[in-house]
Amino acid sequence: MATVTYLEAIRQALWDEMEQDPQVFMLGQDIGTYGGAFRVTAGFLEHFGPGRIIDTPISESAMIGAAAGAAMMGMRPVVEMQFIDFISCAFNQIINFAAPNHYRWGQPVPIVVRGPSGGNVHGSAYHSQNPESYFQHTPGLKIVAPGTVADAYGLLRAAIRDPNPVLYFEHKYLYRRLKDELPAGDDRDGLVTIGQARLARAGRDLSVITYGAMLQVALEAAGRLEAEGIDLEVLDLRTIKPLDQEAILATARKTSRVIVLTEEQTTGSVAGEVAARISQDAFEWLDGPVHRLCCPDTPVPYSPTLEEAYLPNVDKLVARVRELASY
Amino acid sequence: MKTGKSWGPLHPATETIERLAKTSLPRERQLDLYHYMRLTRMVEGRLGNLYRQGKVVGGLYSSLGQEATAVGSAYALEPQDVMGPLIRNLGSMLVRGVQPREVMMQYMAKSDSPTGGKDGNTHFGDLKRGLVAPISMLGALIPVMAGVALAGKMQGKNLVALTYIGDGGTSTGDFHEGLNLAAVLGVPFVLIAENNGWAYSTPTSRQMRIRNIATRAAAYGIPGETVDGNDVLAVYEVTKKAVERARAGGGPTLIESKTFRMKGHAEHDDAGYVPQEQFEEWRRKDPIERFERHLLANGLATEEDLKAIVAKIDAQLNQEVDLALASPMPPAERAFEGVYA
Repeated sequence: MATVTYLEAIRQALWDEMEQDPQVFMLGQDIGTYGGAFRVTAGFLEHFGPGRIIDTPISESAMIGAAAGAAMMGMRPVVEMQFIDFISCAFNQIINFAAPNHYRWGQPVPIVVRGPSGGNVHGSAYHSQNPESYFQHTPGLKIVAPGTVADAYGLLRAAIRDPNPVLYFEHKYLYRRLKDELPAGDDRDGLVTIGQARLARAGRDLSVITYGAMLQVALEAAGRLEAEGIDLEVLDLRTIKPLDQEAILATARKTSRVIVLTEEQTTGSVAGEVAARISQDAFEWLDGPVHRLCCPDTPVPYSPTLEEAYLPNVDKLVARVRELASY
Repeated sequence: MKTGKSWGPLHPATETIERLAKTSLPRERQLDLYHYMRLTRMVEGRLGNLYRQGKVVGGLYSSLGQEATAVGSAYALEPQDVMGPLIRNLGSMLVRGVQPREVMMQYMAKSDSPTGGKDGNTHFGDLKRGLVAPISMLGALIPVMAGVALAGKMQGKNLVALTYIGDGGTSTGDFHEGLNLAAVLGVPFVLIAENNGWAYSTPTSRQMRIRNIATRAAAYGIPGETVDGNDVLAVYEVTKKAVERARAGGGPTLIESKTFRMKGHAEHDDAGYVPQEQFEEWRRKDPIERFERHLLANGLATEEDLKAIVAKIDAQLNQEVDLALASPMPPAERAFEGVYA
């Protein structure tokens, strides 16, 4: 076992898939000589060559459109968005071409679009977004958002092998902060099944359903609340689309109190969808309202004091847990 | 400030020329072109009948007057090549081996249509026949087909990717992004811009201030060609040249085909906004009639030969319509199937 960062796990997953499957290649901005804005692909150009590590113009729509075209021909393209915020520039290619293609005429489009999402690094409105909810609405897409080193690795390998278009939202706050062990060399397998949530912490009293960087917030809050005698259960969704309905309902029925903690603006969020499912299918088990603890309905602000006010954190979660626990 | 002429319909400035482009195509292959143009027009005629009988459940789109562009360009492709047709490229699809009944069933939303009733009109594809299905958002296929060309290059398949765009579609961001990406990557790609004078009710002069779309090629550092889109031989020859250059590693080409949309945007649209004199001018340039005159004048076919071709298509279409009508509507549960691969 070797200890690696979350970012290194992403790099290793890309590397291993490219080594294993000659159909895998990458399209992105500054991913070649420069090695990517966050150095995820440092060293790739030298090893895999310019035929498979392709620097593109600043044309997100053309990058993802071209990836879709190549994928239909049997390639396995991985497109890097320099920041996931820029995925909006390719909205049409994703939701109107890639996503419904298999439904419409039976042709799979196995592309992966990945890139750094999330805030807490003072990136302001266009380098901090969590745009997953725009895409959770679109049939045909899969969306994953790893919150651990093992999932960063395993979900990416699974995404590349998946026959559907997969959006892989990595969290830039975790890139170098999160470290964990990854099996080394040939022992490495680590595939994570897309569509399966993971019980990150078993507990009795209240469930926090979350994903991405908020997983660490939930686990830290759980540690703090333990001293107060509140036993939190933490469910890491890992896959945002399709949601693991069974795991969501199971934890709701077990603890009867649920907070859905995500780093998105509240209205129209993934958290809202999770809350709706619980309200509809686990209503009789509930001892209180399902809470969404998300960001306010504002753009992501820049100043640290404003961003702190904007983002969910351990203090805010602990306060919300106490409120719901005493409902 | 320098201003152009007042906004108004800018129709392509081609002259009515009886003499068609020089070609090396032998007689049989020229008759083949004739067959596909006639087939296109006659399939659309049958579709018009089905529409008026209430059997087409959605809109109906016509390529009347543009058959030479579709057929001539598709005919320049090799079997390994991949094409992304748009709504006025029925002729291209027929050249690639699409059967009339497939299109009829698509329009009628039948269970046995290529998409099983999930999508309509020419919105279907089949990579075994080198066909990618379009989407309604114009320009989107340009990056997609550039990616097809990229994959072909990576896989050493020696293929060329070809797709179409209208004069209106050249105003999209994807036109620029896709053509630029294809040019920068130097992939084997051909883009046919069909300048048919009108994008729904908007004349070309409201899409651009340039007279020839082909001049835009200079912005991408690729060859641009303007061709008489109602001369099937000219379209074939210019496409052939571009396809061969692409296959030889010479990168993309932008071809502007000047033609005219002889009906409205779709069947419901009477095109009352198009000045009658434009229709009259372009009726005289009808691509099929021009080609007939060429075939007859050059001794490549007799009146009887042409009549025989038409009669054969007519008999074939009787069968195709029957087959299409016989297909049931899809079972309701199919609506929920196939979201994921």
